[in-house]
Amino acid sequence: MSAAPAALDRDGLSALVAVLVADGRTVVGPTVRDGAIVLSELDSADALPYGWGVELEAGRYRLVPREDGAAFAHSAGPQSWKNFLHPSRERLWSADRTAEGEVTFTAHEPAAPAYAFLGVRPCDLRAIAIQDRVLIGGRYEDTGYGTRRRGALLIAAECTEPGATCFCISTGGGPAADPGYDLALTEVVDEDGHRFLVRVGSEEGARLLERVPHHGADLATEATARASVDAARDRMGRSLPPVDLRSLMGASLDAERWNDVAERCLTCGNCTMVCPTCFCTTTEEVTDLTGDHTERWQRWDSCFDLDFSYLHGGSVRRSPRSRYRQWLTHKLSTWHDQFDTTGCVGCGRCIAWCPVGIDITEEVAALDAERGTESD
Amino acid sequence: MTAVPVPHRVVARRAETADTVTLRFEPVGSALPDFLPGQFAMVHSFGRGEIPVSVSSVQATGGLAHTVRSVGAVSDGLCAARVGDVVGIRGPYGTSWESARARGRDVVIVAGGIGFAPLRPLILAVLAEPAAYRSVNVLIGARTPSDLIARAEVASWATAYTGVTVDQPEVDWRGDVGVVTELLGRAQFEPEETTAYVCGPEPMIRATSRELAHLGVPRDRIQVSLERNMRCATGHCGHCQLGPLLVCRAGPVVDWTCAEPLLSVREL
Ligand SMILES: Cc1cc2nc3c(=O)[nH]c(=O)nc-3n(C[C@H](O)[C@H](O)[C@H](O)COP(=O)(O)OP(=O)(O)OC[C@H]3O[C@@H](n4cnc5c(N)ncnc54)[C@H](O)[C@@H]3O)c2cc1C
Ligand code: SF4
Ligand code: SF4
Ligand code: FES
Repeated sequence: MSAAPAALDRDGLSALVAVLVADGRTVVGPTVRDGAIVLSELDSADALPYGWGVELEAGRYRLVPREDGAAFAHSAGPQSWKNFLHPSRERLWSADRTAEGEVTFTAHEPAAPAYAFLGVRPCDLRAIAIQDRVLIGGRYEDTGYGTRRRGALLIAAECTEPGATCFCISTGGGPAADPGYDLALTEVVDEDGHRFLVRVGSEEGARLLERVPHHGADLATEATARASVDAARDRMGRSLPPVDLRSLMGASLDAERWNDVAERCLTCGNCTMVCPTCFCTTTEEVTDLTGDHTERWQRWDSCFDLDFSYLHGGSVRRSPRSRYRQWLTHKLSTWHDQFDTTGCVGCGRCIAWCPVGIDITEEVAALDAERGTESD
Repeated sequence: MTAVPVPHRVVARRAETADTVTLRFEPVGSALPDFLPGQFAMVHSFGRGEIPVSVSSVQATGGLAHTVRSVGAVSDGLCAARVGDVVGIRGPYGTSWESARARGRDVVIVAGGIGFAPLRPLILAVLAEPAAYRSVNVLIGARTPSDLIARAEVASWATAYTGVTVDQPEVDWRGDVGVVTELLGRAQFEPEETTAYVCGPEPMIRATSRELAHLGVPRDRIQVSLERNMRCATGHCGHCQLGPLLVCRAGPVVDWTCAEPLLSVREL
């Protein structure tokens, strides 16, 4: 889509949300609740976190008021879009047994609201593209995910305010939105007012924009928007060592550092729950009282769980050391082998939401240092 | 489409040992695509769950069958199935034993315990074409004589060499005692001209494949069947990871070039 960028003011953004709601879409976006910026269904743009930012550190997340009244000047919160596209619990199919012993199996039609996601960060846009590869990009398709994903409209919000735990640049990303969005907003607040530069990424995005009051973006708005996204590139709070991560991980299977991190890690699995790319699930059988109706449910699982690798006779990955190693190696190395992409977009969620403040960037740096020492 | 089980009726049931049962199936309605030896299905036990089980017989030769060892809730439920019961099966999943490249060469098949089941359809296919292979050797190991599966059938096979050994003998056992690799010395094969197939517990796979490679069988001609926890079989649940592999997709059958480095890392 090469159309010249447009601009919306706050009223224009409100109109956009109103149109989506009127179309029957379930609009999901950031809003302040319980001391955090969460993703939730929005009735109107008034619910956006205007005037709120966040302060992040390893194991710490805090809301802070912002004087500029910006809506999208905050980095990733505790949830991601996978909570909606790849929900924590989903029924897959059910089976019924008759008195004669015949059994029928019925696929569950996935619950698929027509979502419109408002304020998708560039890192999260990449995370969605990664889950697409995993869940609908292979030979078999996760039907529920596919149905919700294809029905979802994505409105990105480019990043102008990276957090202290952000490192998307190190994972091949950046604060500008990659293709994949229907509309991409860049928020600008300055002496000329509060407005959103809009780029169109799809036909559907173009039709949507036509239905709300907007005007062509003036050059100053466009320049300011570009400059603040560019500046964000240099304001990442963290980074990964600039080495080939796959060979680092491959060379680190026996590293001492795994013992060190295992001393701190509680194997609680929080990092996998908040990670926007982590996709692992398990299944469970739920039977009703008659015993003749049974349902197969899928729910999120974590490689930190001891049972995750259970085989008759015991789990494969018993030590916390081997489970943390599995997680990190998968993210940065074997994900490439399996899905031809990284498993980490550098959103920093796992750092902020780890109860003991384990920091993926620090662990990778330590592994790199250890390898360096050994090869000296 | 969500991978939903397809109803199959148990048409025959044979108790192989105290804890192992072979079930033969026919589709109630529509049939599954043909399985190849080495592939597996997800088999559902009503109200209990679904587990990965290799085919111990394929549609092409004798009909779909699974041989299940009872070790927990789901496998117990399957072993308790009776003739006439309906069980849900989905598949075929995973890679198969590669036998085209073995033609004209010596074949060595090594089975440990329940690992015999996934190898059985391969053995039948190979024996069905005796002229196509230079020799066929079948080596079987089990914990005790009572744990041996399909003894009469094994005895009837026209191989160059069939060896059976147990870890612990019982009173009337006159056969070999010891690990299955000890039988390799008696098998008739020229290592450099051999294709080998190995399935059993992981330590047995490791020891046997190392010994075969040591004897001179090319690593990429040693095929092994791997086992990992599997919830989906469709590459989505992440449970079956072994380093870079999703075993449900890249396996269960892989060659030793691929498996050796992975099985050499503890707790991978
Ligand atoms: C590719 C493949 C082929 C197999 N072929 C056969 C076969 O031909 N015959 C046979 O008897 N067994 C086979 N198995 C092993 C069989 O799947 C397990 O014995 C079975 O899953 C145990 O489940 P359970 O509920 O009875 O036991 P529990 O011990 O109660 O298991 C609980 C859960 O753990 C997982 N689990 C436990 N043990 C295993 C295991 N060994 N492998 C995979 N997942 C496990 C399962 O998901 C199971 O639902 C195969 C496994 C794989 C991966
Ligand atoms: S790294 Fe942190 S969040 Fe992840 S399992 Fe360990 S303690 Fe939990
Ligand atoms: S591993 Fe951590 S930083 Fe990387 S995508 Fe997942 S939560 Fe974000
Ligand atoms: S069994 Fe689920 S990914 Fe392989």
